[in-house]
Amino acid sequence: MALVSYWAVISARFRSLLQYRSAALAGLVTQIVWGIIRVMIFQAFYSSTTTGQPMSGRDVETYIWLGQAFLAALPWNIDTDLRSLIRSGGIGYELVRPVDLHTYWMSRALAWRTAPMLMRSIPLLVFAFIVMGMAPPATVAAGAAFMISMCAAIVLSSAITTFLNVTMLWTITGDGITQLTFGLVLIFSGMLVPLPLFPDWSQPLINAMPFRGLVDTPYRLYLGHIPASDLPQHLAHQLFWILAFVVAGRIALSRALRRVVVQGG
Amino acid sequence: MPQIIVENLVKHFRVSQRDTGIFGALRGLAHRRYETVKALDGVTFEIGSGELLGYVGPNGAGKSTTVKVMSGILVPDSGRCEILGLVPWKDRSRHVRHLGVVFGQRTQLWWDLPVIESFDLLRDIYRVPRHEYVKNLDEFVAVMGIESCLDTPVRQLSLGQRMRCDLAGALLHSPKLLFLDEPTIGMDAVSKVAFRQFIKRFNRERETTVILTTHDMNDIEAICDRLMIINSGKLLYDGGLDALRQQMSFERSLVVEMTDAGSPKVHPAAQLAMMNGRRVHIRFDPKRISAAALISDFTAHNDVDDLFVEDPPIEEIIARFYEGNGVG
Repeated sequence: MALVSYWAVISARFRSLLQYRSAALAGLVTQIVWGIIRVMIFQAFYSSTTTGQPMSGRDVETYIWLGQAFLAALPWNIDTDLRSLIRSGGIGYELVRPVDLHTYWMSRALAWRTAPMLMRSIPLLVFAFIVMGMAPPATVAAGAAFMISMCAAIVLSSAITTFLNVTMLWTITGDGITQLTFGLVLIFSGMLVPLPLFPDWSQPLINAMPFRGLVDTPYRLYLGHIPASDLPQHLAHQLFWILAFVVAGRIALSRALRRVVVQGG
Repeated sequence: MPQIIVENLVKHFRVSQRDTGIFGALRGLAHRRYETVKALDGVTFEIGSGELLGYVGPNGAGKSTTVKVMSGILVPDSGRCEILGLVPWKDRSRHVRHLGVVFGQRTQLWWDLPVIESFDLLRDIYRVPRHEYVKNLDEFVAVMGIESCLDTPVRQLSLGQRMRCDLAGALLHSPKLLFLDEPTIGMDAVSKVAFRQFIKRFNRERETTVILTTHDMNDIEAICDRLMIINSGKLLYDGGLDALRQQMSFERSLVVEMTDAGSPKVHPAAQLAMMNGRRVHIRFDPKRISAAALISDFTAHNDVDDLFVEDPPIEEIIARFYEGNGVG
């Protein structure tokens, strides 16, 4: 299968998403304000705690700003264009393309997770560095490991998004599963509270789950909290879950297509 | 060998039923009732290469279901369907490479992107060779008059423009088959004519097989050689439009522009249907009196400025056919 088809999908989707500039600006402002609030909450916590914490206050702040910058890359919603296609029956057009549907949808998801993130992350990071005193990567190696892990995080996010999109073929709206996933992602990725601050007994469970690969793994590599030399095993964790969601998505899709009813006439 | 073979195709849908009111809704939670709708109830036909076929039937007759099965979108419950030697839903990816589809009221173009970018995307998805793409695009743009649309985002196009662009998009990869599912719905007269002419032309020049489902009988009359009528999942008619006309229409009309107003003398085998000033409509059954005999009789007894013979409109023929076959 030639990759050119899928690359074309990614790039077209990317370009069409770049048109939503005012949404990006609004998102940027919201995420900055939200970031400041979160930072203040953790500053209050760190100034009143007396016991040693597994992460320094300054690391937590950087972790938070990374989270705000890359928020749009999380699998927190379903592809609304795809939803309207499924609702209107326009999905028929997706099925008459000579492409592998799962790969095609995952290409869409990749663009959907990347374009808004890029539009927001760069100005937000600039702001965080200059105004909020966010720290640079711990070392050059940490920076490189972060980049690699972040790429895997986006692919993982796309695989989860595609899986959510596929479930819409059953549920039509996808609202329920999205809210459920959103909750899980928010808590167990580290987006709400950095994962090292979770109780010790919960760490094995959190480590096994796929969601830390979205946020916690790349950010801690950035901080040097996970040494860059440990990248392979963390990357393996991310890749394992990417594969798991892709396989699950493919199975769900092929089953859905056997029973699909294209809405309307 | 026929290009499309459909044999005894059956597709049933289960539609969930709910009682009205809040108690009905609650009951529906515990115990759902289903009703089976027979969308296709044993449909059989063959279509040869290069045919231009009209497929009509009332709403819910099974037209779109047939098209969706042939497109590989729906899997039938039973029966056989082979297109160019492939089973659409089993060899979906290979099958759709030769297929162009236009669903009316929906678009395959990307809503936010200029039309040309959607076309480029389709080129990449179908991996159309560059020279073929350029040749097709130039031709379609010229013939359909969509030059000015190319750089406009799809959402800003009028329906007529969008459907023409959609049709162009469906043909960029030079498909051997073209399925059009109610493409002319909502289009203005000019767009409809342009649309039909283009389909006819493409069908003739490229020998593309075209299946056109529609409610607009003028679409059929303007371009189709063959007509299939379906209702309740069963094929009721398969043949030429003229044959249907002969089968269904017993009466024709002679319309005369008289020199002076006043009661004309009409042959006893025919009857005066309507008078409107100097214009007179005379109904006759060709089996009782031929058009030629009626005209010569009429002109011998009356002063006539102009006259022509009219067939009943196709709409009326189909409506009469539906009535005769218990379609209500």
